[in-house]
Amino acid sequence: MNSAIFPRGRLLLWGGCLAAAIALPLLFKSGFVVSLLCQMGIMVVFALSYNMLLGQTGLLSFGHAVYYGLGAFVTMHALNIVGKDGGPLTTALLPLVGGLAGMLAGVLLGYVTTKKAGTTFAMISLGIGELVAASALMFPGFFGGEGGVSGNRVVGKENLLGLTWGPQVEMYGLIVAWAFLATVAMFALTQTPLGRMANAVRDNPERAEFVGYDTQRVRFLMVILSGLFAGIAGGLSALNYEIITAETLNAHTSGVVLLMTFVGGIGFFYGPIIGAILITVMQIVIGGLTHAWLLYFGLFFLFMVLMAPGGIASVIAVQRNLWLAGLLGRMLPHYLAVALPVLVLLAGLVGLVELSYALLAGEGVGAGDTATRVMTMEFHLNTPGPWLAALGTTALGLLLTRWIGSRAGVAWNAALATLHGDKA
Amino acid sequence: MKSKFVQSLALATSALLIGGSAFAQVKIAYIDPLSGPFANVGDAGLKGFKEAAEILVNQKGGIMGQKLEFVGFDNKGSPQETQLQLKAAIDQGFRFVTLGNGSGAAHSLIDAVNKWNARNPDKTVLFFNYAAVDPTLTGEKCSFWHFRFDANTEMKMEAISNFMEKDKNIKKVFIIGQDYAHGHQVAKYTKEMLTKKRPDIKIVGEDLHPIGRVKDFAPYIAKIKASGADTVMTGNWGNDLSLLIKAAKDAGLKARFFTYYAGGLGTPQAMGAAGENMVLQLTEWHMNVPTKSTEQFALDFNKKYPGIWFYYLRVNNMVQMVAKAMNTAKSTDPKAVALALEDLRFPVDTGEVWMRKSDHQAMQPLYISIFSKKDGKAVKHDSEGTGYGWKTLATVSQRDSQLPTSCIMERP
Amino acid sequence: MSLLNGITYGLLLFMLSSGLTLIFSMMGILNFAHASFYMLGAYFAYQISTWVGFWPGLLVAPLIVGAVGAAVERYGLRRAHRFGHVAELLFTFGLAFVVEEVVQLIWGKVAVDYRIPAELDGTLFTLFSTDFPIYKGFMMLISVGMLVALYALLTRTRIGLIIQAALTKPDMVEALGHNVPRIFMLVFGGGTALAGLAGVIGGNAFITEPGMAAAVGSIVFVVVVVGGLGSLGGAFVASLLIGCIQTFSVALSISVTDVFALIGVSLPQGSQVARLTITQLAPVLPYLLMVGILIFRPRGLMGARES
Repeated sequence: MNSAIFPRGRLLLWGGCLAAAIALPLLFKSGFVVSLLCQMGIMVVFALSYNMLLGQTGLLSFGHAVYYGLGAFVTMHALNIVGKDGGPLTTALLPLVGGLAGMLAGVLLGYVTTKKAGTTFAMISLGIGELVAASALMFPGFFGGEGGVSGNRVVGKENLLGLTWGPQVEMYGLIVAWAFLATVAMFALTQTPLGRMANAVRDNPERAEFVGYDTQRVRFLMVILSGLFAGIAGGLSALNYEIITAETLNAHTSGVVLLMTFVGGIGFFYGPIIGAILITVMQIVIGGLTHAWLLYFGLFFLFMVLMAPGGIASVIAVQRNLWLAGLLGRMLPHYLAVALPVLVLLAGLVGLVELSYALLAGEGVGAGDTATRVMTMEFHLNTPGPWLAALGTTALGLLLTRWIGSRAGVAWNAALATLHGDKA
Repeated sequence: MKSKFVQSLALATSALLIGGSAFAQVKIAYIDPLSGPFANVGDAGLKGFKEAAEILVNQKGGIMGQKLEFVGFDNKGSPQETQLQLKAAIDQGFRFVTLGNGSGAAHSLIDAVNKWNARNPDKTVLFFNYAAVDPTLTGEKCSFWHFRFDANTEMKMEAISNFMEKDKNIKKVFIIGQDYAHGHQVAKYTKEMLTKKRPDIKIVGEDLHPIGRVKDFAPYIAKIKASGADTVMTGNWGNDLSLLIKAAKDAGLKARFFTYYAGGLGTPQAMGAAGENMVLQLTEWHMNVPTKSTEQFALDFNKKYPGIWFYYLRVNNMVQMVAKAMNTAKSTDPKAVALALEDLRFPVDTGEVWMRKSDHQAMQPLYISIFSKKDGKAVKHDSEGTGYGWKTLATVSQRDSQLPTSCIMERP
Repeated sequence: MSLLNGITYGLLLFMLSSGLTLIFSMMGILNFAHASFYMLGAYFAYQISTWVGFWPGLLVAPLIVGAVGAAVERYGLRRAHRFGHVAELLFTFGLAFVVEEVVQLIWGKVAVDYRIPAELDGTLFTLFSTDFPIYKGFMMLISVGMLVALYALLTRTRIGLIIQAALTKPDMVEALGHNVPRIFMLVFGGGTALAGLAGVIGGNAFITEPGMAAAVGSIVFVVVVVGGLGSLGGAFVASLLIGCIQTFSVALSISVTDVFALIGVSLPQGSQVARLTITQLAPVLPYLLMVGILIFRPRGLMGARES
């Protein structure tokens, strides 16, 4: 590895992340947390592979689940073929099979889809996504119909250094290893001439053509490589869940990866990593706490699109720049000051939403029930008390946010002006 | 933004901490969709279980003095998420899980439970299936750790075909179904059983369409009409069924529809008048089956939860049978409970439910009924406030839907 | 009979997609939440019909939907527009999520009982012993009316000309004293109102439930893309084409093997492909058509530009 690509600071950061990833399951002994971490690891690879298209090459795809799903199905079939004759080592290498399957799908589909960029590409990917998802239910031989295809990741009798991949923690180790390798590879790719050309094709295709690059070929190559990594992610999910169903291929999966990548930030390499982790937590943890999670999810997403279209990564990047310019210290008190009213506002809104859900949609304790429990506190829905409290909190939060927010806004603009002034 | 993340992390940890406490009850994890498109069905099921546990078990002494409690886990209808929720439930000390919606999720759960029990023999988990009807779950994929309280597709078809055998008006049958495992199975069993029992009946057509993608069924109805079919067999459910019936009514098709799920939540309302005297269903119970206590239970339930109509008698049966097995075994250890459930014969309002030992499939009486106008006599109660309700045409005794099993069970 | 069914279905598709085409051709926005406005139309009409009946709802519900649409443009899309097309598109994507949840919150998760008015319930005529309901005739009438009205509005009126001009030369139109952002707001409101109208009519013909938006979400894109992005006439032709293709493929009882036999290729007996029938494939044929069109004629049937 070349030291220009991996300078010491970056090596430290990457090593730190890897160490944290390994240490996490030791901190939380619970099986649920380990399962959650496994899902995160898989989604990180998937989202990064998606950003190779959206962020790096400027290709908006609505059918990325195709590569992920095909990788998963092929891995599952490979696992079942290996069956009793294999050992843990073969199992550990199986995601590569998924990757190759995704790559092959990229070669076949990418050839047709990458002729055009922009809306045409987006629409073709949508169409192909729908076609593949629909055919998955028509060919139960390969896709297993509704029940999907299942397998057992513990194959053979021997073990590899004491590992059989049976326990979830061992599987987590395998996922971390693959995710780390894939991440390093994808990062290295951004530094290669191909990665740079992809950026050029994204920013100005005419100019890229002019200097002698075939833009269609660049897009084609990027789709193939993105398919490879999406396939690896799919392969990992096949091993992790030991069951793959046709749903893996459908538009929902494609939509989720798009959300993750965008929320994380498409302009930064690490953006999709943040997005994948955050969205997985939101889906599973918040989904476990409240049935209104889809609404929160949608609102959060709209908020991100309108307020921070560069994603979380761009927010972090701005803070980093402020810090480097020595301005972050000036902003911190303002952040803290804003945090309080925002929390009040959120609490009020959440209260309103939860009360409405309990009353109208029949969630919480029950439809038509007159009481609901929010965090072990019991509220009576047919009395105005809780409603007034929630409304009051919301209004108070709104007022405070506007009031304190406007002052913070002034400071923020001043800080930004200084920052850009410094640069210029 | 940041604060929201921190907040959700805090919530997550607190949820994990709370989960570990409270062991005073026997708890069963209800893993089904509680958000997303199928949330209404999952939500109704959970309420049914809670109500049944409270009235039929807890108010009658509970399980060895403990209360039976159902806790919802949202699998969002996805097989993958089902596995995550199983892990979450196990973490919180649950040893019993129940699931009903979606064969995909059921396959995923049976696999996950089998693997978990093989890898953690000291912390086994038992799976009660209340509505996933794929015959393979008690056939090739049968498991000691799985019990099904609903009749499977094959048994239901056996009952329907026995009924058709006697009805000499049936001459031409058209099969239409959703293009996935359930639809394929319905088509397969219809053909097999009808050719055996009534070789004179002609199967005049067979169509499969993708689930939930057909907006306008008019062309399918035109085809059925052209085929001259007097009877339509369909495994469709939800909107695919309501839209089919509506299109048939629009085109003036005069044929009877044999269905599996016409009574399912929301379907009677969506069909409305279009289904009158045209739609038949096969269920273990409906509102107009004369019973001792279930009728009152259902009326109370419907009153308590407006917008939800009591539909699953098997939920009541399951809750009582599980409680009985636990009380008999004097244990809440999954293996002991499983052994006590095997061969259990339990008297219910409609007769007797027998849990067959060889494949863990429940055998129970079934009813064939037709959607008719409420008349206060045979149709005493209407369905979902439509003015139409179910009228019993035939009763299928427990023995009449029994079929041999291909299950070869591995017993611990 | 099949032809009639095909045309009916095609006209319904046109009703759904005309608003989307309008918005796309005027503003270049692919509105993923379009089907959500269709759903809102159905629910509003249902609500109004429980109060004052169907006919007022037919008029009022699309107007409310249009107002909601205009508000969305004013307070959401306009802001997202500054961050580029992807942000715009994702905004509508997220909006679809929120609308579905809010609808569930207000009207519940089960289908609502939105019925066809008594005046339109019945048989219009009987053809080859199959009844043709009055309501379908009504749907066709509205759909054709929509096409004529839109066409007339855009090419024959002053406001239509300004809208068309604002598209290509916004600065010039602005300089002439017209408020271009407001025109865009009106166009978006108008497009969503059309979706709302489709919802009012489609909601009771089919089923009004929270999943209805997702069910038609992608097929309207197929219509718009096949017809040519931004071409109203193209969308009309594509709607009819897709309606007929789907209906005829259901009516035909031939298998894929037969089709391949026609072109002289024989498939191995018993393979999974060979067992498929055209009927089974019917609902995915539009997607096949769309991918084919995009590959061989990216402009669509009658589109003026590629993207």
